[in-house]
Amino acid sequence: MGQGIGQILVYAAILLALSYPLGIWMARVYTRERGDVVERGFLRLLGRDAQSDQDWKQYGLSVVIFTILFSVFLYGLLRLQGHLFLNPDHLPAVPWTVALNTTASFVTNTNWQYYAGEATMSYLSQMAGLAVQQFVSAGVGLAVVAAVIRGIARRGGGVGLGNFWRDLYRSIVYILLPLSLVLAVILISQGVPQTFHGHATATTLQGAHQAIARGPVGSMIAIKQLGTNGGGFYDSNSAVPFENPTPVSNFFEMLAILLIPFAQIVMFGRLVLARRHAWVLYAVCFAIFSLGVSVAYPAEQHGSAVLRQSGVNITHSASQVGGNMTDKEVRFGIANTSLWATATTDVSNGSVAGGHDAFTPAGGAVPLINMFLGEVEPGGVGSGLYGLFFYVLIAVFVAGLMVGRTPEWLGKKIEAREMKLAAVGALAVPTMVLIMTAAAIVTPAGLASIFNPGAHGFTETLYAYTSQSNNNGSAFAGYAATTFSTTLGTVALYFGRFFPLLAGLAIGGSLAAKKVVPASAGTFRTDGATFGILLLGVIALTAGLMILPALTLGPIVEGLMH
Amino acid sequence: MLRALLASIVGIVVFTVVLGFGYPALMTGVAQLTMSHQADGSLIERNGTIVGSSLAAQGFTSPKYFRERPTATSPPYNPSFTTFSNLGPTNPALAKLVKQNADAILKLEGPYNPGLTIHQIPVDAVVPSGSGIDPEISIAYANLQARRIAAVRHLPLATVQDLIKQHTVGRQLGFFGEPGVNVLNLNLALDKEHSS
Repeated sequence: MGQGIGQILVYAAILLALSYPLGIWMARVYTRERGDVVERGFLRLLGRDAQSDQDWKQYGLSVVIFTILFSVFLYGLLRLQGHLFLNPDHLPAVPWTVALNTTASFVTNTNWQYYAGEATMSYLSQMAGLAVQQFVSAGVGLAVVAAVIRGIARRGGGVGLGNFWRDLYRSIVYILLPLSLVLAVILISQGVPQTFHGHATATTLQGAHQAIARGPVGSMIAIKQLGTNGGGFYDSNSAVPFENPTPVSNFFEMLAILLIPFAQIVMFGRLVLARRHAWVLYAVCFAIFSLGVSVAYPAEQHGSAVLRQSGVNITHSASQVGGNMTDKEVRFGIANTSLWATATTDVSNGSVAGGHDAFTPAGGAVPLINMFLGEVEPGGVGSGLYGLFFYVLIAVFVAGLMVGRTPEWLGKKIEAREMKLAAVGALAVPTMVLIMTAAAIVTPAGLASIFNPGAHGFTETLYAYTSQSNNNGSAFAGYAATTFSTTLGTVALYFGRFFPLLAGLAIGGSLAAKKVVPASAGTFRTDGATFGILLLGVIALTAGLMILPALTLGPIVEGLMH
Repeated sequence: MLRALLASIVGIVVFTVVLGFGYPALMTGVAQLTMSHQADGSLIERNGTIVGSSLAAQGFTSPKYFRERPTATSPPYNPSFTTFSNLGPTNPALAKLVKQNADAILKLEGPYNPGLTIHQIPVDAVVPSGSGIDPEISIAYANLQARRIAAVRHLPLATVQDLIKQHTVGRQLGFFGEPGVNVLNLNLALDKEHSS
């Protein structure tokens, strides 16, 4: 396992080294007073909504209206693709239940997929429908977090949080698009297709015909990874060689999963002038990430009960990687696939390099728990960070109770309103997950989606609603699309996106209006190890305790029985 | 409300045009000009016909060829509809599939490898891959098949073993990923060796 651990450590080191300068750059992007000439033209074109400094309600309204309208557009595109251009393989309209779920899934930065991309979506739907959302939904997340941070950092002079359209433009043009251009070139050089021609036809060495799906894949995979989207061109996502051909492409795709999420913490520290506090958050996220990998990797390398009892050779050696290779690829092996599974659920990415349904009980529990905590380790682009703020506020509040003072955070008093918003923001989604899982477990319509028998089938269900509610998108992919599951999922997707988003904006708006309290000797410090440990404890005790009973019914039972 | 609505409509049009058409068109242009082999799907030609892609398994069944990993796609090894098997770690169906695949390997390779037991079969040979079209197998699985290939093709075992070594894809840059053997490239090399 030494070589595998080496690969993981190098990954972590490069991630640290790159997220720092990117965070500094992002801080500059959102604070630049005057926009470039294209930005000014674009904002003028958008009209008056793009000219004003918006308070949190106006900002939120722009986000909600934009997202809903874009949903209608995308749904229409998916339903009409059979009659439109760029459809060389003549794919028909996407069925309406799947189209509805897919629309919700992509506008909410989730990318849960109840369909097989290469066999369902025309090139037009992939690139002008789904991939556009991969930019825009990520851009919306970044814009919102920039606004919330402005609220926190505001020192008097109104309650404005900035302008949504300007933030969205800058997120896309200065962060997501340039990185995507670079990543797409790297990926294509490794073998990811990029063409408008339809599938290739081969005559195999044994004389059979083989149709090879391809298309404008590279451009989509780049933003899929960078924007914590995760929705692949192919059904098996980044396990497919055409989406992830080599260990080098795999390394860059993994780097792209966590790069912006970690950079946004650096950005946060600079914007609120509390760099040490930001490093504490960074360290907490990094600790949860490290813990996840160090559980998942050994569990997968140890292999599953069925494989151990079968008698086949699962021992790691120079000539094979061994372990639980079910639904994993030879070129990635166990270390990379486990690292990927952890990273993709620490944030709201949800792409996979191997099938999570086939993971061992402990290996599969890691992504499940990561998501259930709200993907705040450090979470999706934008969405993860304001998700983390909920926990930070609860931690600050708990500390305030312990020392007997009104809690403060970054110079602002935290009072009943913020606490209500933070508690609701942190607990609403996990509560919804448990209710939906229960509903899907006690009804025949819900049970119809389950693929694997026993406790694993329960985990599939729990995973499905955890993933969609937290806008992750990874799956225990045996869980099947039915009218029941797609509809319930659609509700989970929209609610899971907008509820925390609006709670986050409301906190930003509320803090923007507050006077600054100078720090005194009695102020609880949030920039040291004590606070870091407290924050870890709060995360474990809120969402962590909520999932524990469900875990005992799923992965824990499954692990104990074998 | 109305202002946000108007801005949204303009935003949708602009983003769709720039990100949905401009960006992929630019990438396609760059890719086709500078690395069309990769951009077209890493297709391999032999005598003027496309015989496959070095990135996709194709389902070898003939005893004169190295075989690939099991697949869960339908039909088998379908690069136009990839899928996981989704078989959970405690699913009895997985146990059955592993046994079935192992038995088939024992039957196929046993005659050429006297004393072959299930304990010598590497795990990647009996469980489905993630994509269903994994182009690689472990070195162990390639070595296990070498004697059969040598016998069926009347080649010295050393020649086959040399070819395996030549087509072993090591860790990339000497560090990343896991080593494996590209089956299509190996089988192409075998055909070439055999005909010469």
